[in-house]
Amino acid sequence: MFEYAPAPESRDIVDIRPSYGLFINGEWVEPQGEERHKTVNPATEEVLAEVAWAGEADVDRAVQAAAKAFPVWSAMPGAERAKYLFRIARIIQERARELAVLETLDNGKPIRESRDVDLPLVAAHFFYYAGWADKLSYAGFGPDPRPLGVAGQVIPWNFPLLMLAWKIAPALACGNTVVLKPAETTPLTALAFADICRQADLPPGVVNIVTGAGETGAALVDHPGVDKVAFTGSTEVGRLIARSLAGTRKKLTLELGGKAANIVFEDAPLDQAVEGIVNGIFFNQGHVCCAGSRLLVQESVAADLLEALKRRLGTLRLGDPLDKNTDIGAINSAEQLAKIRELSEAGEAEGAERWSPACPIPDRGYWFPPTLFTGVAQSHRIAREEIFGPVLSVLTFRTPAEAVEKANNTPYGLSAGVWTEKGSRMLWMASRLRAGVVWSNTFNRFDPTSPFGGYKESGYGREGGRHGLEAYLAV
Amino acid sequence: MSERLAVRKTYKLFIGGAFPRSESGRSYVVTSSKGDFLANAARASRKDARDAVAAARKAFPGWSGATAYNRGQILYRIAEMLEGRRAQFVAEITAMGGVGVKQAGEMVDATVDRLVWYAGWSDKIGAVLGSANPVAGPYFNLSSPEPTGVVAVVAPQAGPLLGLVSVIAPVIVTGNTCVVIASERAPLPAITLAEVLATSDLPGGVVNILTGSAAEIAPWLAGHMDVNGIDLTGADAESAVTCEELAAENLKRVLRPPAGPVDWLADPGIGRMTTFLETKTVWHPIGI
Repeated sequence: MFEYAPAPESRDIVDIRPSYGLFINGEWVEPQGEERHKTVNPATEEVLAEVAWAGEADVDRAVQAAAKAFPVWSAMPGAERAKYLFRIARIIQERARELAVLETLDNGKPIRESRDVDLPLVAAHFFYYAGWADKLSYAGFGPDPRPLGVAGQVIPWNFPLLMLAWKIAPALACGNTVVLKPAETTPLTALAFADICRQADLPPGVVNIVTGAGETGAALVDHPGVDKVAFTGSTEVGRLIARSLAGTRKKLTLELGGKAANIVFEDAPLDQAVEGIVNGIFFNQGHVCCAGSRLLVQESVAADLLEALKRRLGTLRLGDPLDKNTDIGAINSAEQLAKIRELSEAGEAEGAERWSPACPIPDRGYWFPPTLFTGVAQSHRIAREEIFGPVLSVLTFRTPAEAVEKANNTPYGLSAGVWTEKGSRMLWMASRLRAGVVWSNTFNRFDPTSPFGGYKESGYGREGGRHGLEAYLAV
Repeated sequence: MSERLAVRKTYKLFIGGAFPRSESGRSYVVTSSKGDFLANAARASRKDARDAVAAARKAFPGWSGATAYNRGQILYRIAEMLEGRRAQFVAEITAMGGVGVKQAGEMVDATVDRLVWYAGWSDKIGAVLGSANPVAGPYFNLSSPEPTGVVAVVAPQAGPLLGLVSVIAPVIVTGNTCVVIASERAPLPAITLAEVLATSDLPGGVVNILTGSAAEIAPWLAGHMDVNGIDLTGADAESAVTCEELAAENLKRVLRPPAGPVDWLADPGIGRMTTFLETKTVWHPIGI
């Protein structure tokens, strides 16, 4: 392995305030309660800022602000709404470096990923949906599709700003107003986005941001003034939300967990497949709902592929997320780290063989080395439960039918990968895999024009593309 | 010579293409609007519902894998067979009361037309809902609709034929299979429809029809882990909330009960189809 000199990104570019209030009706306001929460840098455990914990009264205030802004925003000509969204997209591009550093500080993901993946996609989503705002009559939902009203949106910590963009851009394009709750461990880029809304002169109340934990989210989801709920996160919480919305007229979309199979056939280009497997499970420390966490490899090439994969894992660099050479950053929180450890220990206890490359772990912060399990059976917890960490389970198969059977043997159905040089086999596989996204000879690709979302217990509704508009229109 | 004694029909369930009695041995009396005895109908149990789900699951790979052309032809065939039994349906609908012979005839005609309308959707819904996505990179990227799987349907209590067909056809035309709970009060057209389906080249198990109490059976279907979607159109308000809560367990796709009375003669739109469709997006690199 080559030695690299560290190449740290400067963090001087970001200005983090010691304390943040809530963003309601275009203003920073103090919460009614006293409770505050510290958000930390998971790579150093350094406290970055204190954020407010919104209670029911605060959520109510935010929903009312959004409801008040709705008539104005929804009646505005689509072309004008589009211009606001284009403005936001441009400001994000201008401030991309700052936002990437901020995201990396708060989330722990490598700067290489926040800079090269998250931020370009965030801007692209606002650009894409900006263009829809004045073309909704062409979207296939009738000549005059109407917005729903106030959208209550709850997003996770793995892609904080990108998930915000996925939620806010289509909601605003369709004429809805928004109350968004970012994840408790990663609120900073959402709060920076509040500032961007002000910079864009977005009318007050169109976007409101309330910080807090599960209780704040529940207060938002259950608020009677909310007309639409959008949630991305765990299947467990998704179930709770679906249950709590039973009997209401609120429209619901859910993007939940996954346990994706990445299927490698013997004719696959092995070197490319290895890169795809690494990208599939180690991108963003495996904190990806569609991560390729189950490798299904055809028995005839399993030994060769595993050898190549292990060799490749030996070259991954884990450490300072602000270092541009870093491949694997920090686990987002102590809680998440404990969960990854618990499931990995279960993997060993159930008889799978655990392997990690020699990998120095920093003294402070939350870290987990890239880990690979072989000898995994379908019944093992590591093959069934979402780990949401850099842990890959390897299974084998002999025939395409067996690969389909094993790949679909999960309550989840978010994504899948197929590696083969034979086009007809790829299409045969793709048509049989019960998953919302199938990546063939690639993995973990995202684009605002491409719908994303799951089958089965991975949730319902799609984000992205024309399909993503449906969640925010009365259709 | 005495008047000839009528041969009365025994009404049964429709599961997996066969007509079993309820496993529970129960039946209930169906009466006309005037209270006259019409028939005994089977009263399906939890076990019948589970058998019906198993039959629907078994039929799913074949039906969802059939060509759209084939599915469309079969739906059209159902319309043909239904038209052939026009007189029987008219008699059954009028016996239930509320409508005269002329109006019942119009409803049967509308039912036939509805089937013909949906038959044409089988090979068009993919073009309307699918898309080729212009992603920013060298990838071929295509989204297409796919059936959700096994769908439980609580058919409307009113509109025993038109309402029934209007909730079944959109579910199956796209490749789903279903378990339907017929109108409790007016189940006769549902069983006759089963006979139509059984002779329409529709593979056994694609549509399974249960008669009995929706309030009793629907929660078992709503909580069934091998059911992927539920249409609560005919559920009463209280039962619908229970079912929706149970459906959350495996995140079934839910079509909530309508806010008000449904005009089954109106243009149905595509919402009943899209509720039980997934979108699959396939990415493939472009290169040489």
